[in-house]
Amino acid sequence: MLKCRTVWKKLAPLARASSTVCRQNVRRAGLNNSRIPACVPVAHMSTGPAGGGRENQLYVLLVGAACVGGAIYAYRTVKGDSQRYQDRIDEISSRPYKRATEEPATLMQSEPPAVDATETEVIPEPEPEAAPSPEPQAAPSPEEPSPPAPDAEVAALTEPPPADEPVVEASPEELAEPPAAPVVEEEPSPPSEPSPAELTEPPPAPVVESEPAAAESPAAEPTEPQPEVVAESGGPAPASLKVPSHTPYLLIGGGTASFAAARSIRARDPGAKVLIVTDEPDPPYMRPPLSKELWFSNDPSVTETLRFKQWNGKERSIYFQPPSFYINAEELDGAENGGVAVLTGKKVVHMDVRGNKIKLDDDTEISYDKCLIATGGVPRNLQVIERAGEEVMKKTTLFRKIEDFKSLDKVSRNIKSITIIGGGFLGSELACALGRRSTEYDLEVVQMFPEKGNMGKVLPEYLSNWTTEKVKSEGVKVISEALVKSVVCKDDKLEIKLKDGRLVKTDHIVAAVGLEPNVDLAKSAGLEVDSDFGGFRVNAELQARSNIWVAGDAACFYDIRLGRRRVEHHDHAVVSGRLAGENMTGANKPYWHQSMFWSDLGPDVGYEAIGIVDSSLPTVGVFAKATAKDTPKAATEKSGTGIRSESETEDTAISPMASLTPAPTVEQHNDEYGKGVIFYLRDKVVVGIILWNVFNRMPIARKIIKDGEEHADLNEVAKLFNIHDD
Amino acid sequence: MSYCRQEGKDRIIFVTKEDHEAPSNAELIADDPNDPYEEQGLILPNGDINWNCPCLGGMASGPCGSQFKEAFSCFHYSKEEVKGSECIDNFRNMQECMQKYPELYPQEEDKESSQAEASSSSVSTAPTEGSALPPETDSTPATSTSESAVSSDSTSLIDNQTAS
Repeated sequence: MLKCRTVWKKLAPLARASSTVCRQNVRRAGLNNSRIPACVPVAHMSTGPAGGGRENQLYVLLVGAACVGGAIYAYRTVKGDSQRYQDRIDEISSRPYKRATEEPATLMQSEPPAVDATETEVIPEPEPEAAPSPEPQAAPSPEEPSPPAPDAEVAALTEPPPADEPVVEASPEELAEPPAAPVVEEEPSPPSEPSPAELTEPPPAPVVESEPAAAESPAAEPTEPQPEVVAESGGPAPASLKVPSHTPYLLIGGGTASFAAARSIRARDPGAKVLIVTDEPDPPYMRPPLSKELWFSNDPSVTETLRFKQWNGKERSIYFQPPSFYINAEELDGAENGGVAVLTGKKVVHMDVRGNKIKLDDDTEISYDKCLIATGGVPRNLQVIERAGEEVMKKTTLFRKIEDFKSLDKVSRNIKSITIIGGGFLGSELACALGRRSTEYDLEVVQMFPEKGNMGKVLPEYLSNWTTEKVKSEGVKVISEALVKSVVCKDDKLEIKLKDGRLVKTDHIVAAVGLEPNVDLAKSAGLEVDSDFGGFRVNAELQARSNIWVAGDAACFYDIRLGRRRVEHHDHAVVSGRLAGENMTGANKPYWHQSMFWSDLGPDVGYEAIGIVDSSLPTVGVFAKATAKDTPKAATEKSGTGIRSESETEDTAISPMASLTPAPTVEQHNDEYGKGVIFYLRDKVVVGIILWNVFNRMPIARKIIKDGEEHADLNEVAKLFNIHDD
Repeated sequence: MSYCRQEGKDRIIFVTKEDHEAPSNAELIADDPNDPYEEQGLILPNGDINWNCPCLGGMASGPCGSQFKEAFSCFHYSKEEVKGSECIDNFRNMQECMQKYPELYPQEEDKESSQAEASSSSVSTAPTEGSALPPETDSTPATSTSESAVSSDSTSLIDNQTAS
């Protein structure tokens, strides 16, 4: 359009010129009447009459060409537009047509069997009930197949429902509930997919209940409710059979924090209906045994059973509860006393905070009243490994889940050398576990990390060095101060090149270099992500926004005593999950009960810790001159708290490790850190405590941190722990 | 004698048993039993049962949670001479429910005694439940010992109902 105008503007002077020329020609040709005044030169333009014929022709030519060009352009544009319009219309019209054609097709097919089914079912059912129902419906039914069948457009869908209503309502009245119920169960096939999904929803209940009833009666009935259901659900792909469309409590993520929250909610809100959505295939399980107890099990089928031994010799599974604890997701709505349902293998991809609903990766939407985000995290990987290519990635394990444990167990039995990159909790525990196996399977275990010693970021240097020696004695080849520069795959072996030039050849790599908190939902939900610690930023009560709480590894929360932090430990997941559950049921309590953590590195080194335990803080360590009785193994046998995948206050504890020679007595040597207490200070206040080979004293430690007092002499504080006692 | 040394910012003290014999003069702040923030034990300050107590395991939250709550509440508030004697129906309901989930509530043919013993303890744990989610209770430092003693009581309670 604009082009035409600009073109016209350009042509205008020429046009005017040519028109005046024409007029002049006309006048000269003598066509003028006497009425036209003689003042001809009124319309003199740049080109006078003196141009003569040649110029006239030129003008005419130019104008003609311009007009023709413009006409061609206009024609083409209009044609193109109309073509595009036509295409779009065709596409739109084909869509409802396609779906509607699928449905009537399936329904048409199902009609004959449905008719048969209804006939057979009418007979067993009590005569008086069944007999009247088919009859009144038989009358309107022959009429009804005709309108919907040929006309599958969306527009037509609005017609049948009103007509349908009286018939539909008649049927539930005539049919008693019990006969309807078995019918529902026996006839899954005639109603196509959308309807059972709708079945679970209370609101469309009257319509929905009529569907199975309608399915009973001559099969024309299903035709209308089905498209109506499709129209109601707003068009998107039919919901899966198993998912409720609304749940009062929605927990995103199926790990420790989520399970603790579910338990808390169920305890406090009687009859609560809790839905856990997890992208893993397993129901909630505890993670610590994956890097500890499960490796020490003597059971060859441990990778299948996932059971480990407790202190009393009894075995338990890493799953928090057996499957019978949970109810099926589709039964959640109808459960009288509520329950906990777990939806496995589904990932939440979008969160609509305004509308209080989430969307799964299969486009199902679930609305909630209160939601917990407990998405945990994803193991980090080294950039050099990611860039190294497919071959290297295939020989690398990022350890976090049950499947990682299973695959690592399998791999470790078949290779000669394995390297663990990372010197923190996970890396060191796996190194010790695999080191234990190294003698059995002729496996070389290497552990490398950039720090000077194991747990270099947690333990003060002297203790970290001591620990490293212990790890080495577990059969691990420790390479400290190692920065990985590149990894290549050569002759089916991996070659790790370090920055200082050292070369390590190995068959498999386990990368334990940290956890990246999973904040994928932050964008769609509009939730704040913390830039210092990562994770969702929540307040002291673990709340991100109204009706949304976050717990576990993914929560960066405000600790009233210790400040803002994010904690990646098992007990924290339990404590925060439980607190979130309490707050979701109206408690409004802040994070107050300090969580603890623990680690065991072989039979000689075991510790429990609480608070902020960062090796960059100044520390004061008070150690007892140790005796042979002070080892985790000995402590295990005495107090039954050995390798602890359940915290110290749990009434059960784990069995002693496989018997090994006890630690040598170290009474005289001053540099043996057999057992003691280490205080971590920040501005002279104790913010963290490690109980080194000293067990069952966590409540005292918790109290000291809770008080937050400045103590002049920490030796006096250490006395409270009675470290010399067993 | 204690021995002390400094390594950079870290201080290390080695102490003998004698060094630590004298009682500590470190001051701790007295705990407020009514602190709303603190984790509560099984019985709340107002006398109600704390269903979220980790010591209960998952008893109050599982499929038989409502039956358990009814039975235990009845028992807790019972003023009869033989405490809980009017709660037999509730316990029977609970028993029936639990039998439906043998995986969750394994029926252990356990040891001793009677309701008398059960009445003396107000703590009922759930050792038979396969869960044992790591709880945190600060109420008693010696929880492990007291709870293990009590653990047999709940099973005996259940057993009694089957027996009767």
